[in-house]
Amino acid sequence: MFGTFKEWYENRHDYARDLKRRTDCKVMGYFCTYTPEEILYAFDIVPVRILGAHDPQSFGVASPYIFGMYCPFCRDVLAQAVLKKYDYLDGIFIGQSCIHVRQSFWSWEHHFNPGFSYYLPAPMNVVDKSTSLPFFVKELEKCIAALEDWTGKKITDSDLQRGIEIVNNDRKLMKKVYEYRKMDNPKVTGLESLYLVVSSQMTDKREHASEIEKILPSLEERTMDRECGVRLMTTGSENDDVEFLKLIENESVIPATVVVEDHCTGTRYFWDEVEPEDDPVLSIAKRYLKRTPCPSRDWAPERYRFKRILEFAKDYNVQGAIVVQQKFCDPHEIDIPALKKFLEDNGVKTYFLELDITVPKGQFKIRLEAFLETFTAESLFEDLDEELL
Amino acid sequence: MSEKIYPTEGFKCWEKAKELRLKYYKNYATAHEKGGIRWSGGAASLDCVPLGLGDDVYSLTGEPYGASVAYNKEFAKLCHDAVEARGYARDLCAYMRNYWGSVLLDIYAFGGKFPKPDFMWQLHICCSHTKWYQEASRIEGGIPYFSIDWGAGPYFVWDEEKGDFLPKPEEHRINYIAEQIYRGIEWLEKTTGRKFDDEKFIEAAKNYFESTSLWAEICCLNQAVPAPIDEKTMFSFYVFAALDKSRREVVDFYKELRDEMKDRVDRGIAALANERTRVMTDIQPPWGFLEIFRYMEKYGIVSIGSFYTFTLMGHWEVDEEGNLKPRTTPMEKGIELKTRDDAVRAVAEWCLGLPMAQIFYGHKFKSHWMKKIFKQWKCDGAIIHFNRGCEGLSLGVAENYLAFLEAGIPTVYYEGNMGDEREFDVATVKGQIDAFVERLGLKD
Repeated sequence: MFGTFKEWYENRHDYARDLKRRTDCKVMGYFCTYTPEEILYAFDIVPVRILGAHDPQSFGVASPYIFGMYCPFCRDVLAQAVLKKYDYLDGIFIGQSCIHVRQSFWSWEHHFNPGFSYYLPAPMNVVDKSTSLPFFVKELEKCIAALEDWTGKKITDSDLQRGIEIVNNDRKLMKKVYEYRKMDNPKVTGLESLYLVVSSQMTDKREHASEIEKILPSLEERTMDRECGVRLMTTGSENDDVEFLKLIENESVIPATVVVEDHCTGTRYFWDEVEPEDDPVLSIAKRYLKRTPCPSRDWAPERYRFKRILEFAKDYNVQGAIVVQQKFCDPHEIDIPALKKFLEDNGVKTYFLELDITVPKGQFKIRLEAFLETFTAESLFEDLDEELL
Repeated sequence: MSEKIYPTEGFKCWEKAKELRLKYYKNYATAHEKGGIRWSGGAASLDCVPLGLGDDVYSLTGEPYGASVAYNKEFAKLCHDAVEARGYARDLCAYMRNYWGSVLLDIYAFGGKFPKPDFMWQLHICCSHTKWYQEASRIEGGIPYFSIDWGAGPYFVWDEEKGDFLPKPEEHRINYIAEQIYRGIEWLEKTTGRKFDDEKFIEAAKNYFESTSLWAEICCLNQAVPAPIDEKTMFSFYVFAALDKSRREVVDFYKELRDEMKDRVDRGIAALANERTRVMTDIQPPWGFLEIFRYMEKYGIVSIGSFYTFTLMGHWEVDEEGNLKPRTTPMEKGIELKTRDDAVRAVAEWCLGLPMAQIFYGHKFKSHWMKKIFKQWKCDGAIIHFNRGCEGLSLGVAENYLAFLEAGIPTVYYEGNMGDEREFDVATVKGQIDAFVERLGLKD
């Protein structure tokens, strides 16, 4: 059922080349989900997120350009440029991100520039929107002007409203799919959700949305031939690691399902919609300041992201959270002790795993199963005679 | 060993510098005894703003504090252990871990228990900036904090015609910082219960402009041959701008230092008697191993400074010939700062123009300015630190290294950590210096 999304995820470059052939559109590679895709769609530019390949044999090629203590993800991203995997891009774009991913962008721009590059200083202060909103609106206007110069096309408010509609529609549809993850035996696995969401970052959202519409009716009828087991959530840095999800859902001796996640390759990316207003630029700016923040800009004492994670945990009846962290990702690393405490205080067991671009499966399997056993301890005693207890 | 060819003498203001630094840390610790207020925050924080609450408002800037802890390797180790025991990663900012460790251990590096701040006041451009105090606040039981987003985009923009990065201030970016300062003033009044005094703020803002421009002037004097100051000594002086840049005492001290530097240049007084080769560095040194600078001296190598010592706090501009020079202050430009609004806007624009802040918008600026420093300060080589302890100032370090190699500048790099002694191998680095010395043709 999720085969097309999987196909897009696995053959993202073939898809993008084919899309360009079919539609003659421009394709913009972007580095962080603080990129306002709505604006790019207003220009008929298709944004595709640049992600790594999880290939330990090749990602060292980025070493001359980026310090080894920067996160493996950003180095893997840059490696894709060195390897010319994204040679079909017309431009690159970044909405101000954590500094590690910024370096991938700068090195990409310097050495592998496809001809257009744009750095959008999206505000880091999402706590006091009274100051950051007017600033961000101006920066978005500047960005639109730069895109107009590049494309030679003047856009109107209705173009922007169309861009909002395209992106919002895909968001709404993905949220419909997520409803099926709330069920006692979810009709969508964590791995399928990963394919769904990450492929939405790599494809034309109109085609992506159309594929969701196709599967929704059959999703209703779907019966799962797998046990849900322990209901898990994953939270943390960027995670598009298929092997990691397979390990949890398919390879553990104790059944488990990832029923929801908090990653910029998951709910953090798409959950919040643009609330349309007369001024489309203002409404786009508001959306990016209001979305669940990346920890790098989650400055509030209570941390907005934590509240959202807990809401998800409750809505999806989560038993335990795997706190995954991309090695060297400072903003997440800083949040982790507080997040673990917060979730534990609220009745959600946590387990911490540090990810590189590859998964040490043997070690992780043992650790993961040890964690899952904590949810099944009672069942160990089910068959024992009352008197023995 | 190279021959002694230049006269040397100690700095006359050395003792004063030591007193001033100790007084700073003591003032913070004892602020409450005199009815004063204390706050902690980053070295770049706009400290002129809290000074609007009164002269008895004292800061503890986290990065210099973290560096002071790092200098005491045994204490630093205790801090790292305490932080890691609480579940924090060991690859986080080393200064931050030294600060958090002090808090967790309740030990102040300058004696006694760790003095809790009344509030925290931060300026944010590196990902760790606000997170540092967000988490410190949590650890310390909910101390109020306020952070200003400094990440409003580049101030220096590449100019194709001039072939240089030139200031291109943008109104909405200045407004963004300014508006946050206004909110900050309201927040300070609410948090401390004190009334904000515009006159005190304006005076502090003027000190901020003056001290940070004066530091650039001091650095400029090191273009002389022989260099009147070596970088290791410079570390002891640049820090005042990182501690208390908006206080008059620092302006006065820098004037005294500048005059002494001029005198040393006039009399040909050298930092290093056997100076025969001049190098520059890039970012923070490994604070627990400053001996590497002394190690270089035996070969007659003097480090004249770095992009870090010059621009972490120093404000600069580029003259018509493309040379670096101290930034012209608003007062020198004849801009009158009479009202809160005048000062807020001037502070907002001034802070956006800090050269070090530009590295967060790409590595090309830093590479370009490092080459300017190399040429203008008559360097023969460069030493680059891949600093595992600071993700912020390590931004672009590999690209800076490549840029120097491409420019044909003799350059060596070493990997280390500014504040975590476990990640620095002094023997290996000395070996790298030896190899570099050979390459420069300095081995006797």
